[in-house]
Amino acid sequence: MNVLVYLVPLALGLGLAGLSAFLWALKSGQYNDVDGAALRVLSNDDLE
Amino acid sequence: MISVTDTLDLSLYARPVGNGTLGMELAVEDIACGGCIVRIENAVKSLPGVTAARLNFTNRRLHVAWTEGSLTPAQILQALEASGYHAHPFVPLRAEQEEAAEARRLTRCLAVAGFAAMNIMLLSVSVWSGNVTDITPETRDFFHWASALIALPAAAYAGRPFFTAAWRALQSRRLSMEVPISLGVILALGMSLVETANHAEHAYFDSAIMLLFFLLVGRTLDHAMRRKTRAIAGNLAALRADTAHRFIGVELVSVPVAALKPDDRLLIKPGERVPADGVVVGGVSEVDESLITGETASRMISPGATIYAGSLNYSGALTVKVTAAGGAALIDEIENLLEKAANAKSRTMRLADRASRIYAPVVHLTAALTLAGWLIAGANVHDAVVTAIAVLIITCPCALALAIPAVQVVASGALFRANVILNAGDAIERLAEIDTIVFDKTGTLTLPEPCVVNAAMLDPDLLQKAARLALSSRHPLAVALSREAAVRSPFADAFEEPGQGVRALIDSVEARLGSAEFCNVAHSPDAPTPAGRSAAVSYIYFSQCGRTLSIAISQKLRPDAVEVITALTRHGFDTRMLSGDRDEAVEPVARALGITRWQGRLKPADKISCIEALKASGRRVLMVGDGLNDAPALAAAVASLSPISAADVTQAHADTVFLGERLTPVLDSVLISRRARALMKENLWLAVIYNAVAVPIAIAGAVTPLIAALAMSGSSLLVTLNALRVGRRVQ
Repeated sequence: MNVLVYLVPLALGLGLAGLSAFLWALKSGQYNDVDGAALRVLSNDDLE
Repeated sequence: MISVTDTLDLSLYARPVGNGTLGMELAVEDIACGGCIVRIENAVKSLPGVTAARLNFTNRRLHVAWTEGSLTPAQILQALEASGYHAHPFVPLRAEQEEAAEARRLTRCLAVAGFAAMNIMLLSVSVWSGNVTDITPETRDFFHWASALIALPAAAYAGRPFFTAAWRALQSRRLSMEVPISLGVILALGMSLVETANHAEHAYFDSAIMLLFFLLVGRTLDHAMRRKTRAIAGNLAALRADTAHRFIGVELVSVPVAALKPDDRLLIKPGERVPADGVVVGGVSEVDESLITGETASRMISPGATIYAGSLNYSGALTVKVTAAGGAALIDEIENLLEKAANAKSRTMRLADRASRIYAPVVHLTAALTLAGWLIAGANVHDAVVTAIAVLIITCPCALALAIPAVQVVASGALFRANVILNAGDAIERLAEIDTIVFDKTGTLTLPEPCVVNAAMLDPDLLQKAARLALSSRHPLAVALSREAAVRSPFADAFEEPGQGVRALIDSVEARLGSAEFCNVAHSPDAPTPAGRSAAVSYIYFSQCGRTLSIAISQKLRPDAVEVITALTRHGFDTRMLSGDRDEAVEPVARALGITRWQGRLKPADKISCIEALKASGRRVLMVGDGLNDAPALAAAVASLSPISAADVTQAHADTVFLGERLTPVLDSVLISRRARALMKENLWLAVIYNAVAVPIAIAGAVTPLIAALAMSGSSLLVTLNALRVGRRVQ
């Protein structure tokens, strides 16, 4: 069971990485326009 | 609407955003699809000097930034207008920005609590399954310490909204719902820590964090609903903001109404709405004050007369000195409206607050009695304390905290789909209570704009010619007639004689549209008008080589008014009509709709006393009205509805606003609200039943962390699922 000693903190670390990614996304305003983001991905204006 | 014709001064809306750039927020109309995003942003970005243009599709708002001095804000509107979009600048309210910050704070708390709950649960499930199999005490201690490591900082962060509210409540010597929540969380964590240090089998870290998580879900939902309502209300206010022609010396400049100040001199052209209260200093005209008084006949105005914001100027140009700063008053009203929407916590919430004043002492008392009971029964101190804390955790109002916000969120979504927008947070519950509906007539039961009422009796060919000719005039009667025109382009050489009419060559024969004298038509009192029409009928005449038309223009009932009133009566509502208009105008409408109890010639104070009398006789009154004269009545009634065309002040006093030409939203809003209230009550009962089952188990000392987790998430899930039933189609 000694494997748990580093596996549990590893799992926690991964979880924390996910949490900080979400908090970063929230802070950078990526949730301000959820409907718009879904539609912007379909526009081709970057190819012109 | 803001016209982009003459000099337009919109500097009021441009705000410095640093580095020599100015920024402006615009509410954009008619955004239909994703393609609009690109079109709108490109249209603005192609202007020289624009540094940023970003459209928020969710709330239909465009942010533009440009280098100071490179262009005027009016050019941005022009560019948008050219690509087919109407945009309306506005100043974002401070309260809205604070709300956004609060929303982010709540979401961060929710994220942290969610992360912690998931990870602790992972560890807890291992312990639970280990406890019935072969977990070693060392592994269990390790898992408990790991849980503590996650739970303590997470609770310190995510629990702050509750801890601060509880602290504030205690400081003012009250007991709010947050007090037992905070106490439960803190004690559960503290006890679990002690238990872990003593190598015990059970720890309650998971319960404490899960409790916070569910409570935060309720809070966040509730907050999101109110923010959405606020954003829509803000956009509507921007759409309604008008421009005024202000004299600067002898020159005319168009300015937003919000920029008007007392003593400004304004020019009000025929066909325009009066932007602010004022005194006429020059010109003679007729004004339609139906939006203010409900009276449909127009009033003659000459210098010295007072006129009110919202009146429609009919015939002549007026010069007006502003008395009340219309703009300032308007913004204040919107502020108040939104303030009210934000602060009005739902009444069942207040009820829940009141209930918590009973509930909290009961919870604390039950826990204390459990402790004392177990001690008297001879249990050791440790076991007695553990059981008492389990009681505190299990009674924490998880389901109770979700019961109402969940229903409100789903109900406000259903109302929005029915074209009803909530102004007041507790409107749903008040709408659900009503048994009597009082309607205003003008603009509420009838359409806000007059239209042609005798079209069926006229030669369609001539009517089309008249309607197309009417496109060349801004006179309100002509505007009403022009809506009948199938071809939307005016005749090329149409010429308007101010105050008389329009003439043009149609098929090289002169045609005239206007007053009886102008068209050389003898006004015949027996001109064909359909019977049973509501209000004062005005006539506009058309003549072409001896063939004439007398076109009757009047207020018309909303297309589904009869069906809606019949349906309301069938549902058992007492429908009444109170109008400021003359009796002879009110009576035909009442007859057409089958309303037997009606009164005309009412002043605003009379309307209030009618409503107070109804309330005194035990009625729960819903007032539906749009005029300025209805505003006090709307405030006096238990609940109130306004059409979107209503006067600003009136809308500010209405609990809900409905969109569109139809009256159906009145029926829908009442039915959806009734259903929502029924579900709120059901949810509260579910929460009570949950407590009735769980508390005895907790008092008996049989609650393991596993049972607590199942009970809490089960009851929360149940009330949330139950809430979703509001959204089902109302029959």
